[in-house]
Amino acid sequence: MLETTTGPVPLQAYLLLASLLFCIGVWGLINSRNAVRVLMSIELMLNAVNINLMAFSSYIDGDLIRGQVFAVFVITVAAAEAAVGLAILLSLYRNRVTIDMENFNLLRW
Amino acid sequence: MNISTSTELICFAILSMVVVLGSLGVILLANIVYSAFLLGGVFMAVAGLYLLLNASFVAAAQILVYVGAVNVLILFAIMLVNKKEDLKPIKSLQIRRVLSAGVCAGLLLLLARVDLTTPWALPGPIAIGEQATERIGEHLFTDYLLPFELASVLLLMAMIGAIVLARRDVLITDVGTGDSVDQSLIEKASTPLLIDKSTTN
Repeated sequence: MLETTTGPVPLQAYLLLASLLFCIGVWGLINSRNAVRVLMSIELMLNAVNINLMAFSSYIDGDLIRGQVFAVFVITVAAAEAAVGLAILLSLYRNRVTIDMENFNLLRW
Repeated sequence: MNISTSTELICFAILSMVVVLGSLGVILLANIVYSAFLLGGVFMAVAGLYLLLNASFVAAAQILVYVGAVNVLILFAIMLVNKKEDLKPIKSLQIRRVLSAGVCAGLLLLLARVDLTTPWALPGPIAIGEQATERIGEHLFTDYLLPFELASVLLLMAMIGAIVLARRDVLITDVGTGDSVDQSLIEKASTPLLIDKSTTN
């Protein structure tokens, strides 16, 4: 077998998987009533974006693996976002004694 | 088809199935603790996909940061705020779910069409393979040096911000009134600052 640049899995399969994961994350973000689950959905969406970056980096970018560098930065920002989001959630819980998203309507006009 | 290509195909099929079913479980299961552990499984499967793409460094970073830090943080948050509460029924919840599912399916169709109809520049140049880690290091210390340093500042800001947001008052006397401030670490029943109007009437 010849040394091919791409594996047997086509690039489109990775992109389809990532878009499916992203849409599942969007649905969970809209429909979750538990605030922790909303943060989990955001993490799922960030992972979908990371799969996209890694697939493009491996299949198209070749020598300069810029997608992998961007994926590392996305992981960094996701960690910071999770820490701040959960801290906000804790202080919100301390003030309203609930984590039901339907009760967080202070800014609604 | 030789054994390596079929192995790769089987690995991709299993990992993508774990990712899709696990993420569906994360958003659909009623028990939030099961969701959190399934989320860890999804992160591990995504790390396996990175290994299939010859990116061992990012796979290790994914496991360390996501499974080791973010998932544990989520579990601690669940432990701190897990209170059995009966959610109030909402009018037309099912309609909302079906509508948003329709919107998400439309988004998925759009993305799939873009994915399948775009002529990608395939096959691209030869993939770098095992030297990826060295190349990431070169990138981080040459042309991506500024974002790398900014990421450290961002992490410091996030750390301080999380501490400030989540801590209790540790001052012994209140600055404004001079009263002594409760310093205990154990959660006590206290009246919430913002009374929920929807439950009182």
